[in-house]
Amino acid sequence: MRYFAKRMIHAVVTLVSVTTVTFALFRLMPGNPAQAMRAQFESDMEAGGGTADPEVLDAMVEQHTGFDPDQPWYVQYFEYLQDIILYQDFGHSYFYNEPVFDILFTAMPWSVFISVYGLALGYTTNILLGAAMAYKEGSRFDSYMTVLATFLNSVPYYVGAILFLAFFGYELGLFPTGGRYNTSLEAGLNVRFMASISYHAVLPIMSSFIVGFGGGALSMRGNSIRILGEDYLRVARLRGISSPRIATRYVARNAILPLYTQMMIGIAAVFSSSVLLEFIFTYPGVGWYTFDAVMRRDYPLLMGSFLFFTIVTLIGILIAEFTYGIVDPRIGSGDQSESY
Amino acid sequence: MSHTNESGLETNEQLSDEQLFGHLSEAETVDLSRRERFERALDAYVLAPGRVAWNDWRTQVGIVVISLFVFFGTIGPRLVTAPGTNQAPNNLQPFHGGIAALWEEGGWIDFGSAHELSVGAISIPGFVIRFPLGADNYGTPIGRNLIHATPDMLEMVVAGALVSVGLAAIFGITAGYKGGKLDEFLMYVTDVVMTMPGLPLLIVLTAIWAPRQAWLVGVVLAIDAWPGLARALRSQVLTLRQESYVEASRTMGIPSRTILSRDISPQLMPYILINFANAGRQVVFGSVALYFLGVLPFTSANWGIMMQTAYSEAHALVNLSNFYQIFWPMAAVVVLSFGLILFAQGMDRVFNPRIRARHAKKVGSDEEQLN
Repeated sequence: MRYFAKRMIHAVVTLVSVTTVTFALFRLMPGNPAQAMRAQFESDMEAGGGTADPEVLDAMVEQHTGFDPDQPWYVQYFEYLQDIILYQDFGHSYFYNEPVFDILFTAMPWSVFISVYGLALGYTTNILLGAAMAYKEGSRFDSYMTVLATFLNSVPYYVGAILFLAFFGYELGLFPTGGRYNTSLEAGLNVRFMASISYHAVLPIMSSFIVGFGGGALSMRGNSIRILGEDYLRVARLRGISSPRIATRYVARNAILPLYTQMMIGIAAVFSSSVLLEFIFTYPGVGWYTFDAVMRRDYPLLMGSFLFFTIVTLIGILIAEFTYGIVDPRIGSGDQSESY
Repeated sequence: MSHTNESGLETNEQLSDEQLFGHLSEAETVDLSRRERFERALDAYVLAPGRVAWNDWRTQVGIVVISLFVFFGTIGPRLVTAPGTNQAPNNLQPFHGGIAALWEEGGWIDFGSAHELSVGAISIPGFVIRFPLGADNYGTPIGRNLIHATPDMLEMVVAGALVSVGLAAIFGITAGYKGGKLDEFLMYVTDVVMTMPGLPLLIVLTAIWAPRQAWLVGVVLAIDAWPGLARALRSQVLTLRQESYVEASRTMGIPSRTILSRDISPQLMPYILINFANAGRQVVFGSVALYFLGVLPFTSANWGIMMQTAYSEAHALVNLSNFYQIFWPMAAVVVLSFGLILFAQGMDRVFNPRIRARHAKKVGSDEEQLN
């Protein structure tokens, strides 16, 4: 139980730290977005023939960013934190003129959908391929697959996405080239709509798969081979334990452990990748809005989407840490080493 | 492993030993040991790992690829004319003229001494190559563009890799060795940075404050690359700190700073070198991604900018006859990162003590007689 409590506290502290970073970027840096927005409003109003009243400007900035530029920074900081953590108020989008939270909350499931499938497929392939390579160690299959895995590792996911889109999307016309579903269909829980969603998700998931795939297969291979040489494995064989049981209980379980921690780091990478993937596939998820916000200089939306990404990543890592106990029963036994 | 012998601190001990046993005269010993120390250090840190690494085809390919890029990044721009619009016909296909160009006049390659003073891309007596990779919609030769983007790319990679490896080494080695509260704090900072999604963070940073110089882009990209390496280094140090020679140094009251720099860091050098290559790859991926998205100002040449132009202006994905325009910069990214990965994998063998022992010979072999 201490393990879980510690993880939860860790996640909350991380969230507060990240919010502090965004606040600092947003508000405290010279030439910060709040000032840039204020100047924007001022020129807009003067272009419209009116005179810019400083108080009106402050009010407008406050409406969009959620804090009053006149207050001292610690009050602003406190209000900013309070807004985000207690009221889920991420500010107001400058371009869409809607609360940032509403925009991103509807976009989020789509990003999570693509990323989670990409991650799951990538790591499943890693484990199966790595185990197969270790089982056939030294064979032709092993050496070819090693070279192939190394090569795939050097192909960035966006290059994969561009190739998929150009050939499967435009040239062969097998898959749609953008969007989340066929807009002519009636949205809802019907088979055709669901089929359209998965049809549109094939190429993004294939590209996201490249992120998850990474070098995992090679490290799974290395882990398995190392464990195959361990003494306790010989003992297990001498005890007459069946091969499938040895493979799953003794080898796989121990070989997956390092991969599982690697996956926790990978979660952040997979969610990050959605910015580029959603840009390439014009798939309106959180990543697409991030890109959109940069292009339109919509700072509240940009900051909001960064926080959203962080929160989603934190939740992903928490889930991974809570389920870690299933793979590794030793958690929480705390091997604190002596400090010098 | 004779690393402890090489540190300056132990020289005094050695000297007094030798005086005690009276093997050699004092002057000779000092002279010998200094040269020897250098030779041993050279053998231990440069030659032996080099021999081990070179025996692997992956290192060979990796080094060849990396040197090729370094060549194009340093001397290349001097040999090849700077790219500009209308230097070549608009929309020129790569290798125009096909194989037939090898024996026919015109096309992408022509032989014959008549071409010695040609205005082509590269002009070596005997043959001339004309825009082998084609040109974009404005007649800018793609090959020249690629080569002139390489120096900035290398600057980015080196700066980014140096900063990320440096940060990782400071955080990882200190945390692993000191342990306790300091370890917890440093690892907490590492975890926070690691959980922040990299690309969105970089986009936010560059939206507010856009780096203009290539090396600054590399430094910014390093933010995303160091935490994983710091964690890996820390776990390496956790095993090293239990070693008896580290224990001995500690018992003798040598300050932590000296132990870290003399006893622990040298052991980690090959590992750090491997990760230098990996960090370099991450910087390449990241910078091309950011330039491709168009969130960085186009102040330095980059393959990502070429991809962006091909994507948004030549519609290279929709119109596959223009696909070559986006293909070449992507190929450059893949080949460079393949070279870096192969190099890192080959260097990984240096870590393997059994292979290393077979090659670590020469200078160290008369060690027994001396001590």
